[in-house]
Order: sequence, then C-alpha cells, then structure tokens
Amino acid sequence: MAARDIHGVGAPWKDGFRIIGSAHRKIDGLAKATGQAVYADDIVLPGMLHVKFLRSPHAHAKLRAIDTSKAEALEGVLGVVVGSEMPIKYGVIPWTPDENALAVDKVRFIGDEVAAVAAVDEDTANAAIRLIEVDYEPLQALLDPNEALVTPEPQIHEQDAAARAKKHRGNVSKHVALSFGDVEAGFAAADAIVEGDYAFHGTTHTPIEPHCAVAQYSPDGVLTVWSSTQITHYVQRALARVLELPESRIRVIQPCLGGAFGGKSDPFALEFVVAKLAMKTGRPVKCLWTREEVFYAHRGRHPMQMHYRTGATKDGRVTAVDAKILIDGGSYSSFGLVTTYYSGQLLTGPYDFPTYRFDSTRVFTNKPPCGPKRGHGSVQPRFAFEVQFDQLATKLGIDPIEIRRKNFQGESTQTVNGQRITSNGFATCLDEVERASRWKERHGQLPYGRGLGVAGSMYISGTNYPVYPNDLPQAGIQIKVDRSGLVTVFTGGNDIGQGSNSVARYIVAEELGLDPSDVRVVAADTDLCPVDLGAYSSRVTFMVGNATIDACRKLRKQIVQAVAADWKIEPERVHMGLGEVFDRDERSRCISTRAAFHLAEARFDTLGATGAYNTPELGGDYRGGTIGASPAYSFTAHVVEADVDVETGRITVQDCWIAHDCGRALNPMLVAGQIEGSAYMGIAEALMENHELNRFGLHAGPSLLDYRIPTSVDTPELHALIVESLDPEGPYGAKEAGEGPLHPSIPAIANAVFDAVGIWLTHLPFTPANVLAALAAKDADIAAVRAPKGAALSPRG
Amino acid sequence: MRLQRLQINGDRIEVAAPSHWTLLEVLRYRLGLTGSKQGCDKGDCGACTVLIDGKPVLACLTLSALCEEREITTIEGLLPAHLRSGGTGPDPVQDAFDRCGALQCGFCQPGMMLSARALLNENPAPSRAEIKDALAGNLCRCTGYTQIVQAVELVVAEAAGSEPEPPAWAPNANPWKNGCAKNGHEEPPARATDNGEGA
Repeated sequence: MAARDIHGVGAPWKDGFRIIGSAHRKIDGLAKATGQAVYADDIVLPGMLHVKFLRSPHAHAKLRAIDTSKAEALEGVLGVVVGSEMPIKYGVIPWTPDENALAVDKVRFIGDEVAAVAAVDEDTANAAIRLIEVDYEPLQALLDPNEALVTPEPQIHEQDAAARAKKHRGNVSKHVALSFGDVEAGFAAADAIVEGDYAFHGTTHTPIEPHCAVAQYSPDGVLTVWSSTQITHYVQRALARVLELPESRIRVIQPCLGGAFGGKSDPFALEFVVAKLAMKTGRPVKCLWTREEVFYAHRGRHPMQMHYRTGATKDGRVTAVDAKILIDGGSYSSFGLVTTYYSGQLLTGPYDFPTYRFDSTRVFTNKPPCGPKRGHGSVQPRFAFEVQFDQLATKLGIDPIEIRRKNFQGESTQTVNGQRITSNGFATCLDEVERASRWKERHGQLPYGRGLGVAGSMYISGTNYPVYPNDLPQAGIQIKVDRSGLVTVFTGGNDIGQGSNSVARYIVAEELGLDPSDVRVVAADTDLCPVDLGAYSSRVTFMVGNATIDACRKLRKQIVQAVAADWKIEPERVHMGLGEVFDRDERSRCISTRAAFHLAEARFDTLGATGAYNTPELGGDYRGGTIGASPAYSFTAHVVEADVDVETGRITVQDCWIAHDCGRALNPMLVAGQIEGSAYMGIAEALMENHELNRFGLHAGPSLLDYRIPTSVDTPELHALIVESLDPEGPYGAKEAGEGPLHPSIPAIANAVFDAVGIWLTHLPFTPANVLAALAAKDADIAAVRAPKGAALSPRG
Repeated sequence: MRLQRLQINGDRIEVAAPSHWTLLEVLRYRLGLTGSKQGCDKGDCGACTVLIDGKPVLACLTLSALCEEREITTIEGLLPAHLRSGGTGPDPVQDAFDRCGALQCGFCQPGMMLSARALLNENPAPSRAEIKDALAGNLCRCTGYTQIVQAVELVVAEAAGSEPEPPAWAPNANPWKNGCAKNGHEEPPARATDNGEGA
C-alpha cells in the first residue's frame, strides 16, 4: 500500500539536498511580518453579528430554568441560544462524549457556558447577556482531586448503572493500571531504592490569539465555519453531530492561527454557537473570546500528584519503576482518556528498565477542564522521574549524566511496554549538552547558590491511534500542477505557527526541483483539502511530510517519463533541479520545469497527484498497548544553569542548553525555534506559571498580568543544539521537534537547584516560598543532626 | 459617535466611531487595518502596539478620539514607508524577523516589530540587554524570544556592515551571512531560457 511506502532518508536526486537541511524563509513569513496574514478575528463579513456568552457563576449547580425573554426583546439583539437547542453531547474522544455546546441541565465549573446572544455589536450583546435570568440550584463543588476520588455523591457526570456497579466509588474519569515484568523481583534485585512524592500544579497554554470563530450559513444549506482551531477535521465531525447536519454540508476553515500549543485541539462552545446562531439569524456571526474566557476554556496541563519508587543496582542500572498517579481532570473528559494512558505509557524511554508498573487515575473536579498541552500527559511524570533519577544518582554516588548513559536503551529496540524504538540519538544529546555546558569541569564545582542540572526525555512523532478508529490514511495530500510552472499543494494539515505549510513547500520544491517560491500551499480547508487529522501529538511534519513525498514521487515519475520519451533517453538520465530538467549524461540538453510540465500534461492529460501516510501496525499486545505507540520517537537532553538566591528564595535560570534529536532537521532554523519555544515554556511552568483557583473554584487571575508568562527579560539564554539520528520511517529521516524539547526543562531546573544549594524541589511550582521552605527544612535537618539529643537549640545571636 | 480626523501611515483619514472606542477598535473594525492584534484588551500582552509620534503605544488602552493631530504608524505602514524612502521590499526589521524564523504564529509580531523599530530609531546599536528591555512589553508565546533578539541583532549588524553572530544551532554555517535564509522576496534565480512553447 502506497501509504506505507518508506521513502528512505536520502535526497530525491543524486546530487544531494538543495533545500532540505538548510535555513529557509517560511511560506507565510512576510505575510505575517507585514500584517497581511488573515487570522480568524480579521475576517469581517457583510452584516456580521457579534456573539457574547453567559457563563456560570457556580462551580457546580443544577440548571432549573433560563429566561431569555428580556434579552431577546433588547433592540439590536437578533438571536439567543441556550443548551436545550443543542442537546447532543460531544467530545473530542468518541468514547467520552460528555460536553454540551451550552449547559443543558447542569453547570460544572465557574465559567461553564450557559447561553449566548448574537447582536449587532459586542456592546449590545453584552447588555443582553446581563438580561438573561437563570435559576440555579447550587450543588456541592468538588475541587480537591483527593476528595473527588472518594466522594460518590454528587457525581459531576452521571455514570450509567453499569459503570457505577463496575468499579469506582468516586468521580473517576479514567483509570489505567498496567504492569510489565516482575516489578517486585526488580526491586528485590536493587541495591538502592528511592521513593517519594512529586506534584505538578497545572498550567495553561495562553496562545496570544484568543479563540475566535466566524460562521456563515448559505441559503442552499452549506455551513462555513472559520475557526482558530488546530483540528479542522474533528471540528467538522463535531459540528455535524451536534447540529445534526451531514458532514458534506459543513466546511471548516482554519485561517492563520495565532498560537495553540494544544489549547485549540478540542471543539469549543463558540464554534457550535456561531454556527447555530448563523443558521437561526440568517446572518454571518462572529465570536471572539476575551482573554478571561480563554482561561475558562483552558484544556491546560493536568495537575498530578505522583508517587514514584525506583530501584537500581549499585552500578546505576535501573531494575524497577513503580508509579501511582492521581490526575485532576477538571470538569470534562477532553482528551483525558489519552492523558491517563500517556501519564504512564510515555515514560519508557530513553532509558531501558526491565520492569515497570503504573497506576493512574483521572478524576473529575468542578474546575476548568484540563486537556492536552505541549508534551501531553508526559511532562508531569517526566518531571517526577528525572528528579528521582538524580536522587538515585546522588545516593549511589554516580554523576547524573553518567547514570543516564548507563541506562540508555539504544536504537532499534523495544521498550518494556512493547513500543518499537527506531532511531535514537539520546546518547549524542547527552554528549552535546555535557560539552556545551562544560559539565565535567563545572558540575558540583560551582560556588554555593549556583548549579547545573541535567534531564532527558522521549516523545512521540504522531501516534498510530487515530482519535476515531478507522483504516483510512492519517494524512492526505493533493498536488495540482499549473501550466505556469506553479505547483499548488492541498493539505488538511493545520499550520499553527510551527511551519507545517512551509515544510510541505520545501518538500515539493526538493522533490520536483523547483524554487520554493513556485510552490504554494492551500491548507486546513475541509472543502478543498484531503483529510489530515490535525496538529496534535507532534504528527504533522512526520505524517504530512511523508504523504507529500508520496504524492511528489508519483508526479515525478510521470514528468520524468514524459521528458525521457521526448528526448528518447532512459528515464534514469532525467534530472529535475533548480527549475530545470536536464539530461544527466548530456548537461546541455535542458528545459525549464515548466516546459517539462507541458510535456507531461500533453502525454498524460491534466497533471496532479495524491499522496497519503498511515502508520504501520504498532503497539504492545494488551489493552491500551496502541496508546503511546508512535512510528518514531524524538529524544532530548537539557542542561540548565541556575542561581538560587538563598535570601529571597528566587531561582534564576541563566542558560539552558537543549540537545534535541529530531531525526533530520528539514529546516534547522524552524527546528531551533521549536526547541527554544519548548524550553522557554517548560522553564516558565517551573518558575512562573500557575493555573490557580481559589477555594470557591474561581480562577485566581484570568489575565496575562496575573498568569505570568515570561517576557524577553525573564527568559534565559537558550542554546538549541540539533542532533540528527535519521529515522528510517520519517520524511527524509525527520521526527518531531515541537513538544519533546519541553519535557526536561522542569526536572533539569530541580536538579540544578540541588547542585546549587542541596535541596530537592519535588513540588511545583518552584516559587520563592517553596524554595525558602525547602531551605529551612534542610537547615532544620542539619541542626537536628548537629544538636545533641534532647538539647534545646540555642537562640540566634 | 463622533467624527475623528486621524493620520495613519501617512494618510489623513476621517472616521466616525463611538467616543469610547479605543484606537485598536477603530483600526481593526472601522478601517480594516487588522495587522494590529488584540490578545488581551487590557494592556497586558502588547500585540496591539502601534507607534504614535514614533513611540510604541498600546492601542487597546488608547482612546482613538485622543489621537487626533498625532502621527500613527501601524504594521501595515512599514513596508510602504520603506519603499517611499528608497528601499526595496519590507522594512529591514520585518525582513530580519522572517529570515531569523522569528515569525512562528506571528500574532504578537506586528507589535513586537514596531517596538523593535522604535528602539532602532532611537538607538541604532543597542546591546542585547537593551533589546530585551525594549521588547519586554510584548509577550510572545512561541519563540522563547531567542530568534526575535537574533533578528534585531541582525538588523543592527547589517546596518553596521558587520557579521551577525551565528546561532547555537549552526556554529559552522552562519545562515544569515549570505545565501540560504536571505532570498525570498528577491527575484527568483535565473532559469534555462524557455517560454514554455517548446513542449
């Protein structure tokens, strides 16, 4: 099957790569630089209405009645919509449809959407929202995941009788327990065991563009929705389900997208609402969420309480890992089923351990729903494990980089949970950060208050588990060839700023020997483009890239054949490059690519090609064994240099060296941008960010002032080091770069703090207060050891 | 509603808008100048930054009615101004941002580039610390600021005729020295002479 063809890691033409592997401008760079790029909120349609939402002031309440009559009577209001008009539930994961476009019988967190108004302008819509009367019956709110785990009533989501009888007493969203090998025997073989609790606090994406959607319903019954989404295909499916329209009548377009990071990979209330109101009013409708509303939409990184136990022999070889994790899911499932698996499944590299067990439970709480954020499900356990690894190294007296080398799993191997590892450049990543940070001379040698810390990680390049089970390709591509010499690529892939449209351009230019400016890309429009599943799981470059090569090779065959026939030579002699097609053996015989297109069109009729990619069969042979199975894994190592001010408790990261194995860097400049952006985000999660709610479940600070993301002066010097392991399955050997490099940032800081001042930070965020508390606890320990038993500590001074 | 006389990117414009509208609302929703972005609407993110009399200002916190008699520059104004002053293509700041990969999602960058432009107008040779300080009011969530700072340093280096510092990821083949990341808006390379009729 063509979709599974492996194209190899080499250049398509014998003289090597011309475009792939070097820095090039992005396809949309100058449009973005000059303000011409069109984002969702830049779209204005004639007669367009504006939508505002009414949101729940209660963390948990029954919805007894809604009266919208006063709002509807307000001048300038053209449409009001409430939940009962769209009662069908949806969810991005088809097994857990538990969301309504607007609340139907219950609200589940402060900020849950209750009703919406379309009016001539935003001011009128806001005024109308205040006229809607809602009768709530408040219910007990469950805000603490420990409480939610054991509290049977109230249920945040009604479980059916079967589910209730089956298992859980509490508000459980998903439970996964998997065990590989004889874990107890692994611990029995260990010379040293480290055990401890770790906690991840919860953070959110904060793309600078708030969510926005525009809808238009044509008189002939076609619904068009422009949305700031990273998953056009799933939005189309969800709209069809909830609005009860055939998918063929729904067109979803993703305009230029102002950042996502996983925060735009669910269908959201505003998409259904603008669609419904466009249908009800017969006018185009727009909704732009405020920054505050983006914090309620959330889908950010799950808070996790993690207990880890790791055993190793005295030479540092890990023998067993045992994890128990409680995941705070917030009020809806979102991708939570996958999150729960990922919290355990993605830990099994880049280190080899013979036995492993994890037990993860995701619970519902009355808080904004958590979901996938860059490094979905695995950033939190990676933090716990990489800190525990350093604790183990300290206990055994082994250098932290050395203990990681000793446990390196190697390439072309299998993990303990049955995942296939192909290329693996992790050992080189360790070498690179060790060299660049001058680790050997400086680790453990810096003055008190300054330290170096290391951490490693692994991440998926796409997953072989499509969100809804099917045998269809995960990525499709269509190529159109114009007589002008222009080639247009149609891809369902979502360019969310990472540059996937640029990658499609580079590949086509490389394959067909064109100047990149002769390749244009039409993307993420469900009417025009073949399906791609979307920008999540770090799958786009890998899968769309492979599909693009697939389509190009088919097209190229036709062009070469036509030219060879015209010149009466063997096709092997025909070479395409730099906008020309020439005879390799007789270089002077040469025509433009445009002329070659004409030859091929004359011979084969209108030119075009499709290409596709699907993953091979992958995954462990057990329930859930395909979740976390990826055609290729990326690997990362960080070294962080940090200062700890023992007076104020403030941590300052000075430098961060990030070595990332991305397979092949198709454009090293874009890879570096992903590496730097990932590291920056991870460092911020450790030191600055906290998606915090108060004791009523109200967001503590839903603004970009209170939720502190770093400015240019808060961000350390980031040194992106690219390691290329050339993966046999990736496009020219490429793997992902967008999510993996985030993981080690957080544990590397914790480990640097230990090197600096000798404390282990196990609970995020690393605020000054937490640092001071850990320093005080360490002082108390030292005092207790020094003081004679029973003696009172002498007062200071 | 009142009639306002604004001077935007060199044009004199009369526009009717509610008195409480901000400059950002008037630019985006009355004049169709959507290059200025709304990220927070309360002065936290800097995506709406425009230049007023050459100084970076948050358009979301500025009433448009107070901008009469002031010279407003938005991101849309940079390239035409560069052409008018005899340059080719976009403003060197815009070009450098593109060449350095600083435009990922691009949403914050109109504001960021205007802050950078204002800095360079005042101080053509800023240090790295001065660049970071000048851009500290513009939040970017994609880049970690590294390629943004590199872009501004590239403008500074090329204006001074010196060689830009190579990035960590390309220590041996400086991508900004010549070639690769350089072309884009220039003419495509010369081709085999052919008008397409030969086929």
